[in-house]
Amino acid sequence: MARRAGALIAAGLAALTLGPVAVVMMQAGEGMLSSADLAALRFTVVQAALSSLASVACAVPLARALARRRFPGRGLLVTALGAPFLLPVIVAVLGLLAVFGRAGVVNTALRGLGLPEVSIFGLGGVVLAHVFLNMPLATRMILQGWQAVPAERLRLAQSLGFGPRHVWQHIEVPMLRDVLPGTALAVFAICLTSFAVVLILGGGPAATTVELAIYQAVRFEFDLTRAALLALMQVGTCGLAVAVASFFALPAGFGAGLDRSADLPAPDGWRRISDAGVIALATLFLAGPLLAVALRGAPGLLALPVSVWPALAASLLVAVLAAPLAVGAALALALARAQGLGWVGPIAMLPMAGSQLVLGTGLFLLVFPFVSPATVALPVTVLVTAIMALPFAYRILAPQAQVLVTDYGRLAASLGLSGWPALRLLVLPRLRRPLGFALGLTGALAVGDLGVIALFAAEQGATLPLVISRLMGAYRMTQAAGAALLLVIAAFGLFWMCDRWGRGGTEA
Amino acid sequence: MAELRLEGFRITQDDFTLRADLALPAGGRVAVIGPSGAGKSTLLNAIAGFVPLNAGAMTWAGQRIDALPPGERPLSILFQDQNLFPHLTVAQNLGLGLDPGLRHVDWGGVNGVLDRVGLAGLGGRRPAQLSGGQQSRAALARALLRARPILLLDEPFAALGPALKAEMLALVEETAGEALVVLVTHDPADARQFAKQTVLVADGVAAAPQPTAEIFANPPPALAAYLGQ
Repeated sequence: MARRAGALIAAGLAALTLGPVAVVMMQAGEGMLSSADLAALRFTVVQAALSSLASVACAVPLARALARRRFPGRGLLVTALGAPFLLPVIVAVLGLLAVFGRAGVVNTALRGLGLPEVSIFGLGGVVLAHVFLNMPLATRMILQGWQAVPAERLRLAQSLGFGPRHVWQHIEVPMLRDVLPGTALAVFAICLTSFAVVLILGGGPAATTVELAIYQAVRFEFDLTRAALLALMQVGTCGLAVAVASFFALPAGFGAGLDRSADLPAPDGWRRISDAGVIALATLFLAGPLLAVALRGAPGLLALPVSVWPALAASLLVAVLAAPLAVGAALALALARAQGLGWVGPIAMLPMAGSQLVLGTGLFLLVFPFVSPATVALPVTVLVTAIMALPFAYRILAPQAQVLVTDYGRLAASLGLSGWPALRLLVLPRLRRPLGFALGLTGALAVGDLGVIALFAAEQGATLPLVISRLMGAYRMTQAAGAALLLVIAAFGLFWMCDRWGRGGTEA
Repeated sequence: MAELRLEGFRITQDDFTLRADLALPAGGRVAVIGPSGAGKSTLLNAIAGFVPLNAGAMTWAGQRIDALPPGERPLSILFQDQNLFPHLTVAQNLGLGLDPGLRHVDWGGVNGVLDRVGLAGLGGRRPAQLSGGQQSRAALARALLRARPILLLDEPFAALGPALKAEMLALVEETAGEALVVLVTHDPADARQFAKQTVLVADGVAAAPQPTAEIFANPPPALAAYLGQ
């Protein structure tokens, strides 16, 4: 039953992911790449590589400090490091603008000191935003590596009289060699398809990514052949990155288990001070922009334009439809995989090789001859959001589904427990916690998402992130910050509700 | 009289092969004994439907059963562990034996069986709130409730101490009635206490059953080696 459902869903997912790409390929056949397109490709790869290296470079000292120090609020900080993954990208950008923008805190201070200003636009700003968004996730992945070091090995190191330098050489470096490639590639792949950041902080011939170029080709130039060509280029790049990444074990970045009290030696002296400095700096860097949004947005909450409310409703609708769709499909795939249907695993990860705007362009080309794209903006957004969120939900559910089938598969089969009764009596109660977490995660991602909707929506039917970006484009920053605050509340509220539901199950 | 028949039965997994040609009668009490890794559990899992046959046939009362899904075979099985769902109550775990959807369950009957295995009044507890011996009783109670003509026991009481294990085997003997009971064990004492007949699994073959007293009095070389004689 679960196998058949899983096979059907896998086939549907493959069709929905590969179908738009096929449409894009047919359309792209007649076009030629221009030098601007190649510049976009170059910028995409360069910014993703720099973002990835910078994120990992910042994450290693932070993870190390968190791994070997114990202080009040440490657990809270580690939990909070999971939050930027749920944070709507547009809110992060707004916060960074408030700190690093022309009228931001940093530049005001620099002006006061008579120093030259820094610009947040262009390559530097794009990389800064990507570090802000991805460094926390990288930190959690690397921290996992530190905490997976067996206590026996640390005891052995202590019995041999290792100092911090020798611990680094014989224990930490080998661990990092295992963990870093996967972490760096994960961040690299995320940054390749980043859209909202580049839409606001990038642009122009010097700072346009392929994803942004697709958007411009569809929205402004209405050159669908060029959009298709760019989309094809994007598929090639992402596919390559995902293929390379699949050779490396990907550390788990979210989930529990980061609170184990490891016996990692906590050296005194200057190392203690530098660890404290790293933690303080990172906290400031991550909390500052969010604080700025909250401070600016609180007055803005009282003066929200009316366009915000239908947009909030649209965003919530997308989330309420897309999250169960993604999680339900991921569950069916995870169960089928656990029951021996191995080929559905790679299919579940297939959306990682595409991007929102590639899928969007394909669907745009499909519907455009028949209906006005604006009329199907919301259904397409639900579908694309669900597809893009599915791999995350799958990665949360797959290990737990495997445990479920290993532990109780034979017992359920021997009792003839299958189909809906099995779902109701076995799967839902046993997997309630990861299901709640996955629903919350995909729901928050869906609420805060700004991607394919930008391609399809007209003035009407916009989602909240799109309305925020329009407010920012009109320099109505207070209103934008107010709407951003609302969006944060919606995203985290949704996550909190779903996760709490998941934790409400009986534990046994 | 009905019997469980394995004809030309063969299972091949990598370089492991298990063959059997044997018949076990209804109401029988059969021990399956042999060195570890010889295929005792594989034999039981194949009868229960978790390991497919590579050749041969399996019948109960003349009907082929080897193509049926595990839940539809005329048997119940108790595994070494994981016999109860930890998130359901004991009564719900038993109810699954009557209706996997838990919608059409005779809860009075459930309580009656709990009574018979000495768990009266514990139906509302979760498995984690029971002792190991009580968990075994609950699993056995569900098998009784299902009332299938064959009961397969894959060392389900191995984790209990000797006294508790003997007590459980006595309870099985007392409650199983006309069912054919097949018990996998590595402990000769279990076989002597419980089984009139014993199947020796060794060297890739599950031999036809022999009277337990005889096989231990005059063990074939493989069994003698296993017993350390």
